[in-house]
Amino acid sequence: MRKWTRRAFIGTGALAGGGLLLGVTGATLAPARHSLRSDDPVSIGELTTWIMVTPDNLVTVLVPHCEMGQGAQTALAMMAAEEMDADWNLVRVKEAPALDAYANAYIVRAFINDVAAPIERGFDFGAYRVARWFALQVTGGSLSVRGTGHHGMRVAGGAARQMLVEAAAAQFGVRASECTVASSRVNHSGSGRSASFGELASAAAAQSVPARPVLKDPRSYTLRRTPQRRLDMRSKVDGSAVYGIDFTMPGLLHAAVEIAPVFGGKLVSVDTAAAEAMPGVKRIVRLEEAVAVVADTYWRARVALATLKPQFDDAGQGGVSTATIFDAFDKALGAFPDMPADAATVIKADYKIPFLPHGTMEPMACTAQVIDDRAEVWAGTQDPLNARKTAADALGFSPEQVQYTNLALGGGFGRKLPGYLDFVGMSARIAKEMSPTPVKMIWSRETDMQHGYYRPAGMARFAGALDAAGTPLAARSFYAGGGDGESVFMPYAIADKKFSARDAKHPIRTGPWRSVLNSQHGFFKESFIDEMAHAAKKDPFQFRRDLMTDLRFKTALERVAAMADWDSPLPEREGRGIAIAESFGSIVAQVAHVSVSPEGVLKVKQVCAAVDCGDVVNTDTAAAQVEGGIIFGLSAALLGAITIANGTVVESNFHDFKTITLVDAPAIEVDFIISGAHPGGLGEPAVPPIAAAVANAIFAATRIRVRELPIKNSNLAVPS
Amino acid sequence: MSRMPITLTVNGQVRSLDVDPDTPLLWAIRETLGLTGTKFGCGIGACGACTVHVNGKPERSCSMPVSSADGSSVTTIEGLAQGGALNAVQQAWLDQQVPQCGYCQSGMIMAVSALLAEKPHATDAEIDATITNICRCGTFARVRTAIHGLAIDRGGA
Repeated sequence: MRKWTRRAFIGTGALAGGGLLLGVTGATLAPARHSLRSDDPVSIGELTTWIMVTPDNLVTVLVPHCEMGQGAQTALAMMAAEEMDADWNLVRVKEAPALDAYANAYIVRAFINDVAAPIERGFDFGAYRVARWFALQVTGGSLSVRGTGHHGMRVAGGAARQMLVEAAAAQFGVRASECTVASSRVNHSGSGRSASFGELASAAAAQSVPARPVLKDPRSYTLRRTPQRRLDMRSKVDGSAVYGIDFTMPGLLHAAVEIAPVFGGKLVSVDTAAAEAMPGVKRIVRLEEAVAVVADTYWRARVALATLKPQFDDAGQGGVSTATIFDAFDKALGAFPDMPADAATVIKADYKIPFLPHGTMEPMACTAQVIDDRAEVWAGTQDPLNARKTAADALGFSPEQVQYTNLALGGGFGRKLPGYLDFVGMSARIAKEMSPTPVKMIWSRETDMQHGYYRPAGMARFAGALDAAGTPLAARSFYAGGGDGESVFMPYAIADKKFSARDAKHPIRTGPWRSVLNSQHGFFKESFIDEMAHAAKKDPFQFRRDLMTDLRFKTALERVAAMADWDSPLPEREGRGIAIAESFGSIVAQVAHVSVSPEGVLKVKQVCAAVDCGDVVNTDTAAAQVEGGIIFGLSAALLGAITIANGTVVESNFHDFKTITLVDAPAIEVDFIISGAHPGGLGEPAVPPIAAAVANAIFAATRIRVRELPIKNSNLAVPS
Repeated sequence: MSRMPITLTVNGQVRSLDVDPDTPLLWAIRETLGLTGTKFGCGIGACGACTVHVNGKPERSCSMPVSSADGSSVTTIEGLAQGGALNAVQQAWLDQQVPQCGYCQSGMIMAVSALLAEKPHATDAEIDATITNICRCGTFARVRTAIHGLAIDRGGA
């Protein structure tokens, strides 16, 4: 098995020297994070941790984030290229390898934007050490642009530009300050001399990396804030993109698995004799919680697996059902929150939301090969370093004994985040049994659907009070099923606001699902404020607006109302609903326009979204993320639910876990507000408002208030 | 189980496959032929990620035994481009930047290619009835825009 060094990955050709250790330029305790380079950066044109310039005049940006359709790799390359004044046509992207040097500490900075300058370097290097320790090379939390991009790539690009200019100035015998840069060339107008980045690459890489390069004034951006094609796009229209499930190699065997249906259940017994005799079957592997059939083709593995009758225990959870879980929520919530005695009107409402699967189009898949004390693993995950560690832990290895290659992801949505890579560990354990033969494990859709880490089901009990003029006095809730400070934040000036958790435990596996807990609290909060508006006999847009003190929220709300022509009349049984939520540093306001037939058939006709994410890098992929977030959230709001019976997941495939398709997809309009606020994320923030926007629109159309998702379970017909 | 060689014309090339006859066409394409652009999504013909053309018609290859395609002409996503030039649907997908994760898009492109080959001026009702592929990233608005562009182009409008 080849030894995988950083140079082997980023090196451009035949290079002298043996194993390469990561060096740090400058003998300081806290070097600039972007100056972590190999010990011989010159030979490979490595200008900073993430930027290489090669003699062919190409700039290669090594992005420590995966690509799962969110466009982060292209956006981060744009951020580096903008600061470098590189010719965008000469920029390439590579996903950074699963090596410690690429642990992405900058995501920490997305949460702590204001670090005092004197400690900035120490802070970032400390965060890097922590990220490395925890094997964090994560893509999630809508963090790539606002974390790694804003605090890392931008600075690395500025540093690279400065190094190229210094190299050119030395070569031209002029002052660096007299040089200009455009389209991957450094020019000196006085002498008429000019050199391409490629020509300067080696000399530039010999420069020390400036810790605090001068960055561009955003008003001078020429690449950022424009629509650019994603660099991975061609491979996704011609079938050539290689996803985790597509990996292959000589001698590969294939595994199909069946996992204990009840969470925490263990394999008790399985009669393997008949299956072992089936064509192509190599071995039946018993795992603690599952049984795997390894065969020469995946289909033969599946056919043999279907003949097995494995017995699993139920971990004592066989009595758990959706009903028992919601009964426990209901008990935990208790009485409605107290309201002021002098209230003219008191509004009370319970809301319920179900478990949801990620349902990535690519089911969990992973290939592993174990040879003696080393392993190699291939999959598409949201955290290569954590995948490496997960495989190592499963094998009893140290991470250094495992080489991990990240491939394209067929969807992530949180399912493939660190801590949720059970399938990588399982694949490694199967491969260990089959050592030294490589094995690709693919979960069936049924296994994928029934062994997820689900968006937590939840329930909220709200009470609100209005005075005689319809002004809110109080809004309080108890909620069960999860929540945090961010997700329960309400941007309304209501004197008495209080939201508190009262949890009730259950054994169903839960995890982060696109927008995490904001997905449930967006529905709760924005449905309830709408109920308060109607109780106050006020327009839901005006009611919200009058309670907003923050200019960013108010601007987003007003913008979306204008986009949707909020005040224009609609036909009978059509309505508009408005909702707004802040998550991951971005504010998203949405208006949904629906029609409901007398028979109760709902059609979401249009959704408008006004988005303040501070600034926008690639306007086209940014809009795509908002469009996608709306559809993902809308599909869940209308149709999505995982139900539990006898401790197991009832839904098993896309026939009973329904999603929306083209026919149901509304027209979507997206508008960005460039507020100049600290950059916010975009992968997730469009999800939280949509369920409430639709439920509020249904109320406007029908006077029926939907308080439980999915909406398909509500009867919206005219009462007969 | 007896294995009779199965003959398919795949992307214009005659291929003889030594596989179990009940193997779904999908797995014969992916594993036996090594054409991984065709995706596995559900295994029950619900999501459309595995859509290929069999004798020009869109088929969900996960639910079609390879034996029933014996002697047929099969086109996969890899067979759409001619001499490195994308076909019109692929080009429209690139121009509209339709894919996000891209996993479902091979099937989506195959389904749309088949629809427009049969109905170059497909109406929205025909599009809605035919393109039932699941996309979890939520690319539908762009899918529709791209189809509209193609349907108009083909009408010479």
